[in-house]
Amino acid sequence: MTMKLSKTSKGFLINIGVTLAAILASFIVGAFFILLVGVNPLSVYWKLFEGIVLNPYGLAQTLFKATPLIMTGLAIALGFKANIFNIGAEGQMVVGGFVCAWLGFTFSGLPAFFLVPLCILGAFLGGVLWAAVPAILKVRTGAHEVITTIMMNFIALALTNYLVTYFFHLPETVHTQLTSQAAFLPRLDQYISAFKGSPANVTLFLAVALCAAFWWLIWKTPYGYETRAIGLNPSAAETGGINIRRNILLTFLISGGLSGLAATNFIMGYKHYFEEGFSQGVGFMGIAVALVGQNNPFGIIFAALLFGALSHGTLVINALVPKDIIQILQALVIFFVISANLLIKKYTAKLNEDRS
Amino acid sequence: METTETFAIELSGVTKRFGGIYANKDASLKVRKGEIHALVGENGAGKSTLMKILYGMYRPDAGEIKVNGRAVTLKSPKDAIDLRIGMVHQYFMLVKTLTVAENVVLGEEPVKNGFSMDYAGAREETRRLIEKFNLLLDPDALVSNLSVGEEQRLEILKILYRKADILILDEPTAVLTPQEIKYFFDIIRKLSSEGKTVVLITHKLKEVLALSGSVTVMRQGATVARVETAGATESSLAQLMVGRPVVFQVERAPRTKEELEKSDTALSVRELKAMSAKGHAALNGLSLEIKKGEIFGIAGVEGNGQSELIEILTGLKRPVSGSVVMLGKDIDFSRNSPRRMFDSGIAHIPEDRHKKGLVLDYSVAENLILGRHREPAFSTMTAIDFKSVAAFSAKAAGDYGIYPPRTDLRAGALSGGNQQKIVVARELSREPRLLIVSQPTRGVDVGAIEFIHKKIIETRDLGCAVLLISAELSEILSLSDRVGVIYRGQLAGVFGAGEVGEEQLGLLMMGGKA
Repeated sequence: MTMKLSKTSKGFLINIGVTLAAILASFIVGAFFILLVGVNPLSVYWKLFEGIVLNPYGLAQTLFKATPLIMTGLAIALGFKANIFNIGAEGQMVVGGFVCAWLGFTFSGLPAFFLVPLCILGAFLGGVLWAAVPAILKVRTGAHEVITTIMMNFIALALTNYLVTYFFHLPETVHTQLTSQAAFLPRLDQYISAFKGSPANVTLFLAVALCAAFWWLIWKTPYGYETRAIGLNPSAAETGGINIRRNILLTFLISGGLSGLAATNFIMGYKHYFEEGFSQGVGFMGIAVALVGQNNPFGIIFAALLFGALSHGTLVINALVPKDIIQILQALVIFFVISANLLIKKYTAKLNEDRS
Repeated sequence: METTETFAIELSGVTKRFGGIYANKDASLKVRKGEIHALVGENGAGKSTLMKILYGMYRPDAGEIKVNGRAVTLKSPKDAIDLRIGMVHQYFMLVKTLTVAENVVLGEEPVKNGFSMDYAGAREETRRLIEKFNLLLDPDALVSNLSVGEEQRLEILKILYRKADILILDEPTAVLTPQEIKYFFDIIRKLSSEGKTVVLITHKLKEVLALSGSVTVMRQGATVARVETAGATESSLAQLMVGRPVVFQVERAPRTKEELEKSDTALSVRELKAMSAKGHAALNGLSLEIKKGEIFGIAGVEGNGQSELIEILTGLKRPVSGSVVMLGKDIDFSRNSPRRMFDSGIAHIPEDRHKKGLVLDYSVAENLILGRHREPAFSTMTAIDFKSVAAFSAKAAGDYGIYPPRTDLRAGALSGGNQQKIVVARELSREPRLLIVSQPTRGVDVGAIEFIHKKIIETRDLGCAVLLISAELSEILSLSDRVGVIYRGQLAGVFGAGEVGEEQLGLLMMGGKA
């Protein structure tokens, strides 16, 4: 047992080291692009550091932006475990958000004790509902989820826009009415005054709890064992008597539910209404978070914080350089971290090579 | 005489490490010009590594390589090809959508008029080589339409086109049917008579004796002996490979007719019809009956309905018509699943351990419970009991001699024989009443074959019925109490133990009359 631990922890440390080196490399290459627009990269990076790490408000904004990214990152990572590529997190999040807000202003008479769980459950089920269509199509007909989930994204946007525009918008606005106060989740600045002004809220704790649940589900339960087996070798799983279709259906639905939950950060913790475009690509960004976090819940927290920080960084350096620089940095991080991980895999595979 | 002789290949003192583990340790190899030389050893003995060094795919940590008496350094396969060394890998590397001739010239295309590819010239040269070495291929055939045997001949043709004088063949017969193997032997002899030097990597000792002039035996990365085939026997070579005497024919008493008649029926298959995945008729009214405590062997060329039969019996497939009574229960195919079949007392050792038997990226322990992970001994609804899994897997690894005995290792890191032992351990420890076994010793070394055969007999002796499907006729004959031959989805004859020989089975397998 001790041997096993030391071996895995060594691999773990190498992994972290290489990932950090890859991030450093992406900032070095990013400096080149900053030079191209005629600005000193060091001053940009210092500004980023100052605005995100040294400034409590920046820190809070990073947490706020990271919260939904953790959830969509988990959603996509869960799918990856069973070889499902759920690109529909965006649409699932939008539908989850709509259901969440609708419950919040429709059942406005309920006390917080009932309304908060109801809204959270609604966000989850909204995501489940939206994932159900591609999930059922996949296990029944073999329709590839990459195609179907992308289409479901468009339908989700169009449908919620229609509902808001024709039935639910407040006059002169493009958003719904506010939810009942009972569905408001407390902001962190209530407890930490330095976070004043940031909408960072307790949904963060929900996200972290989901990471723990994800870890337990994947590594400790028979369901997780089956899911990993399906992802690694579906025919061996099937031969061994694992019901692949049922597992894929279930995994896809949970993945959709996690995406739906990502909406709670905005709806219950920030604006308290549903608004067109509130998801801001968080569903797609979740793919990058899952990849950089290597489908590991703790890696996902790290990756979500990184992308959350960069996302807030757009505002921090706005005065110095065009905000596209941040997008270039994000792309470089994804590129370098994923390449570095492939290199590690290749290297360890060479060490383990079959010596027949 | 011996000292002045030049060898086509001379490797000495070759050492190669991966991580901290020696794949080759002071290994040597000498091959005379124009001879057929066999390189034998168990899985993991370092044969393939040594050959990959000779082919320039790995660079040795130490050691000398001489080709035709000249010391050389090989940086890549390109260097080896320039020295007229060619290698046919165990897994073929062909472009399925191109023709035979196009595959042959790929990478070294003949050119005419300075820039356009000379298709006619490519075909002509391919045809010439096919005739010279009697390879029986059509230069214009699409590779996707070739049989496995034909693909292999195409791989040989490719390296002949590159003017190889030294041919290395890695486990060439592992994928061939008995008939194809015969023809393959003829080709190798033809190559040798044309002056080519051939190195065969294998662990099938019968082939070594039939084909080679001399043999190098490897064990644990080192060369343990180089002997002339003329003085060797199967058991002398096996002893060198394993390091101890090996039993080929496992001790067992075949069931007599009277015993079988008295015994209860464990499996009864009637008029089974089924389609293959591609939509062809795969089973055409197959019937068979297996008694408790009997091993029923099915011989046959692959693709005659064996896979479909197994899939039906393990709940992976539904037949078109017919019935199966298993352990006294009439199987309801509309509600069938592998899970139900396992629960009713069957166990299944699938033909392809990499594809169906194991999750290579799972640990040995995780693989030992695959399909059994929902049993109350290993898990509740909400959590797997990793303590009991560890205890169970440590015991299974001990009982079945899984080496190394570290159940936390990735299954993919073990040798083929030990991987197969994982599958055997998992399935037999279910204590099944009906065992379905397919190709249990394919790609497995002699020591493990002996062990797996013993375990199958032990299971039979406990009263389990065994359905054994194998392409190895010697395996079928040495284990089965009764033998059936499957041909085009039907049984073309059933024989008692000792009533039939390899020759006769071979004929029936090809659709002939016994």
